[in-house]
Parts: sequence; C-alpha cells; structure tokens
Amino acid sequence: MAGKTLYDKLWDAHVVRSDADGTALLYIDRHLVHEVTSPQAFEGLRIASRPVWRVDSVLATPDHNIPTDGRAQGIADPVSRLQVETLDQNCQAFGLTEFGMHDIRQGIVHVIGPEQGATLPGMTVVCGDSHTSTHGAFGALAFGIGTSEVEHVLATQCLIQKKSRAMLVRVNGALGPGVTAKDVVLAIIGRIGTAGGTGYAIEFGGAAIQGLSVEGRMTVCNMAIEAGARAGMVAVDQKTIDYFQGRPYAPTGEMWQRAVAAWRELHSDADATFDRVVELDGASIAPQVTWGTSPEMVAPIMARVPDPDQEDNAVKREGMRAALKYMGLEANTPIAQIDIDKVFIGSCTNSRIEDLRAAAAVIKGRRVAKNIKLAMVVPGSGLVKQQAEKEGLDKVFADAGFEWREPGCSMCLAMNADRLEPGERCASTSNRNFEGRQGTGGRTHLVSPAMAAAAAIAGHFVDVRNF
Amino acid sequence: MKPFTQHTGIVVPLDRPNVDTDAIIPKQFLKSIKRSGFGPNLFDEWRYLDRGEPGMDNSKRPLNADFVLNQARYKGASILLARENFGCGSSREHAPWALEDFGFRAIIAPSYADIFYNNCFKNGVLPIVLDAAIVGELFAETVAQPGYRLTVDLQAQKVTTPGGKEYGFAVDAFRKHCLLNGLDDIGLTLQHVDAIRAYELKRRAEAPWLFKA
Repeated sequence: MAGKTLYDKLWDAHVVRSDADGTALLYIDRHLVHEVTSPQAFEGLRIASRPVWRVDSVLATPDHNIPTDGRAQGIADPVSRLQVETLDQNCQAFGLTEFGMHDIRQGIVHVIGPEQGATLPGMTVVCGDSHTSTHGAFGALAFGIGTSEVEHVLATQCLIQKKSRAMLVRVNGALGPGVTAKDVVLAIIGRIGTAGGTGYAIEFGGAAIQGLSVEGRMTVCNMAIEAGARAGMVAVDQKTIDYFQGRPYAPTGEMWQRAVAAWRELHSDADATFDRVVELDGASIAPQVTWGTSPEMVAPIMARVPDPDQEDNAVKREGMRAALKYMGLEANTPIAQIDIDKVFIGSCTNSRIEDLRAAAAVIKGRRVAKNIKLAMVVPGSGLVKQQAEKEGLDKVFADAGFEWREPGCSMCLAMNADRLEPGERCASTSNRNFEGRQGTGGRTHLVSPAMAAAAAIAGHFVDVRNF
Repeated sequence: MKPFTQHTGIVVPLDRPNVDTDAIIPKQFLKSIKRSGFGPNLFDEWRYLDRGEPGMDNSKRPLNADFVLNQARYKGASILLARENFGCGSSREHAPWALEDFGFRAIIAPSYADIFYNNCFKNGVLPIVLDAAIVGELFAETVAQPGYRLTVDLQAQKVTTPGGKEYGFAVDAFRKHCLLNGLDDIGLTLQHVDAIRAYELKRRAEAPWLFKA
C-alpha cells in the first residue's frame, strides 16, 4: 500500500464520520474570525438560538476595514465602525477571545494566528477568508470558507467536506540571491495558472521550499488560493518546531514534548503518491512582477509585457487585451520601464518582520523617488510593529520617505481609507492584482517586499539583484 | 434557503475568464452586516460609470451601456453564462448573495473557483459545469437569439436549449439533495452530535494540546 501524503494524514485525523460517497464531517480545531465575514453568521446563530460549540477554538480580531492611522480617534467611516463594533459585541455576547483594535496583539488574522501559537502543526484551521491557506505553512490543513460555513463551524465545530485531490509542487535547488518566497509563489502561479490548483490541496516541497524560513513558507502557502487551491501546505521540520516554542498559545512542558513527537510525523511518506506533480527549478526563478489583472499574468523583471497577438487561445487573448487596457500598458514594454505612483508594503502575504527587514535593507540610506506620491508600510500586527520599532526599522522607512502605519489589511483590498485613485499604479506586496482591488480604477503590480522597496527608490520597477 | 428544482430563464453572457469575486461585488459593499440588498451593486464597477459607495441611490447613477446586464435584451435574466474559473479570489459569500439578490438562480461555466462554487449551494444558486466547447456554443446561441432562454432541471441534471438540445451535468449527491429540498445543513450536521462528541473525546486523549485545559 502506498504511503500517506501530508494531506492524507491531516484529513484522516479530522474525519468525524463519512458517507459512502466520500462526503465527510471534518472537525475544525481553530476558527479565526474577523469583522467582514462574520456578522451574518452570528446573526444566524441568534435566529436559530444556537450557541457556539467550542468557545476556546475561536480567536477573533478586526483587520479588514480598520484605519491604519489616527486610530486613537476611532473609525471615521460610520459603516466600517458599525462592522467593527458588531464584531466586538458578538465576541462579548458569545464569550469569544478577541484582540480588539487597541490591543497590541491585534493584526491581520493570518499574521496573529501563528504569532500567538494559536495556529499549530496538525490542526485544521478555517477562517472566513480565502488567505487562510497561509497557516498550511506549519503542516496544518487550513482553508478559507464562506459565511454560511463560518456559522456552520461556530454551531457544530465541523464542516461538511469532500476530500480534494493532492498536488505536489516541488521547487528544486537553491534560490538565487535577491529571490524570495514571493517570487517563488508568483512563478508557480505563472506556471500552473490561477485555476491550476482548483480542486487540489497543494503541498509545497523540494530543497528551495525547505530552505525558506517559516515566514517565507507562509508567503508561499498564502498564495496557494491564487493558484486556485483552497489549501497549501508544507511539511513540519525543525524550523517549524522552533518557531512555536514559547508562543503564548503553544503547549509547554511535557505537553510540548508530546506535541513535538506528533508533529514530527507531519510530512508525506516517501512512497506517497500525488494526483499531480509539478516541478520547478529554484535557481532559474528571477524576481517577479505581475503585469495584468490576474496573478497568473506575471513575468520576470528582465522581461517585457507580453503581446496578446502572440497568444493562440482566443479566450486568453481577449483576457490579455482587457488586462492591458485596464492596466494602461502597451505590449512589449520592458517591465523595468514601468513607472509607479504608489508603493504598498503589507498584507497577509508580506507584512511580517522578515518582510519589513528585507524592504528596509534595500532602502536604508536612500530616498523615495520624486514621482512616488505615497509609499507606505503597514505591519501585519501590533507585535510585528513593536519588534520593527525595536530594531529601528520604522526610522529607516521614515528617513526614506515611507509612511509607517498601524496594522491591518489596509491597501491590499482598500476597505479602509487606504486606496489607489483611478489610474494610479502601485508596486504592492499584496496578493491580488484584480481590477479595482486596491481602489476603483487602481492598477496593481504584485512584487516581493525587496522589489517594492527598490521600485520606491527608483520610481519604476527595477531588478533588486542589481540594485 | 430557497429550494431549487427546475428553472427556465433568460440567459445573459458574461464573456471573460477569471471573473473574480472583487468584480462580482466590490469590497466597499462588504461593510454591510446584512445578508441581503447586494443586488444593485452586483458587478458595480462594470455596471456603473461612477464610483459606487454604500448608501448611494443606485437608480440615479450613470449606467455603462456597454455592460451586458444593462442591455435591454437581457433584462430579467436569471441564468448567467460565464467563462473559466468564475468566482476566483476572495471567499466573500457576498458574491452569491449579490447574484441571488439580483435574480440569478443558476450559473453555467466551464469551471469555478472552489470556495465560490461551494458558497453558491448554500444560497440556492446552482453553479453548473459544462464542457468549454458546449459553453462556447451556448455563448454563440445566446448572442445570436434575442430572448434566449434555457431550462435547468436539477432533479434530471440537465440543461435544455430552446432548440431542444439537452446537456447533462454532474452534481454532488449531497449538495443536490440539500438544494432540491432547501435544507439547512447545520441542522443536518447537528443530527450527528454524538459522533462529534465521541470524536472530541478520542482526540482530546490523543492530542490534548489542541484543547484548552
């Protein structure tokens, strides 16, 4: 009999019951909650007079539409304010733990879960947010759900699921200098497409993935959803275990020893088989920049904007034309000649301390270019912000002309006041370059933190390896 | 949830791949704490010429005449014909809420993003997968024939064209059962309370660190 994949192991450990057709009731260990996708779920519980099944499994924080400056004055937008206050009230009414807007532990839900040790290896983790795939970086089964399922988990601690197929994306070899986890995952999406992982759970493996830090692996798993896969995951290794030692929600003492022994099993067996295997050569990945309105529309920094006339598939060709029109770009323009207006360093993809260090290392002693209207850094959590300030990174950013903000989702999706104006072009470390994502008419180019920092200094995209 | 059994309706073609949930319902409307009222802002950035904000009187906003939903021939459409990877991106259930609120009962596309696909079933909207070549034919027929209607039969799992052509589609048995009967799946899961409790007892013994002391 073939061995088990990591996904098999995680799945099997959480099946409460299953039907003959494979429909299973899957137990959920950790439920992360934020203000946008939860109010209707709590309302549903109230209407049906249902309690929360397991109060201690829930951790809540507001992140999507809270302000990143002037927080002491509260939230100016009354609609946003009502939503954040509704989360506060729901958490209070149902007895749930919430890190509120003024708590130092508040932050982007996918940053604070691991930071607190509230996400652990071997868990099932869900949240009403597609980037929940982030938590798979620790050998967990983590995926985003809709609001009806948020209510379902609150009420039953379970989800009705069918098992996905298993894909292995193996990135061999070592990454070159200046090439980061973000470039790896953009290159993967460029290869398999935004629907390439639909119906699959992806395990990322190979020497290049093993060589990444735990935070880098979070960046890769974060964008599994941008390749169409609800879940991305990486096997547990010593780095994973070291990461959790001493975190507030992590086990201690004898319990820690027991947990670690179990976590060491969280990898695919050598003889496990996958439904699909994709291989990439890590050494050949260059820093990536997206040029279109889908994350699969991506190219290396040395390349030119592709020409739709060279595309044979008619649906794809029209998609490229529409994207170039929206982006205000001509085919065959060198990517390094695209000027930008704004720079955003933040989001659940790239707002952790290593991301901020990487960006700060590039800009240290330099100034933001004159054509940049706004360059901003939004740390992923209050604790990331505190750590960065301890290291003096806030000063490096401020000296270069960056704004240093309070934690939240901010201009990744522009639900708060941070947004692009129509036609503005942004180098962004976030995860989606969809039309209007960062503000109506805004133009988003996805890049790594180091590439965003270099673009801020140059005023246009530039190869950070020669910078 | 409204049950779905059989439905006949006008088809509107949305001819682009990778339509994401940000396009289906832009983020500013996600600030609502309600489940309803999203229909007027469905595809807001494509449908209107100005920038939409919550609380605006949408009936007074300038319409984009080029966008299919604004064209008279598709007025009253209840079946959305779409391309590959429809509903990709954010998990926002506001997307199917907006489609349902607008009046869509079914979507036909070659493929969907997983989370969106799943969310549709929770809201009485049937996402049908048909082969890309068949979807291509349906696009051609819809554009060529004003007033083009399709009939969707969930029980029989088939789509019927005005010309009498029938296309079968696959649907998961459990989802079909829930949709046909308009069932609340929380209620169904709570029939298994004993199994959930038993699982928790076993799991607590095996992996006690997953449970707060």
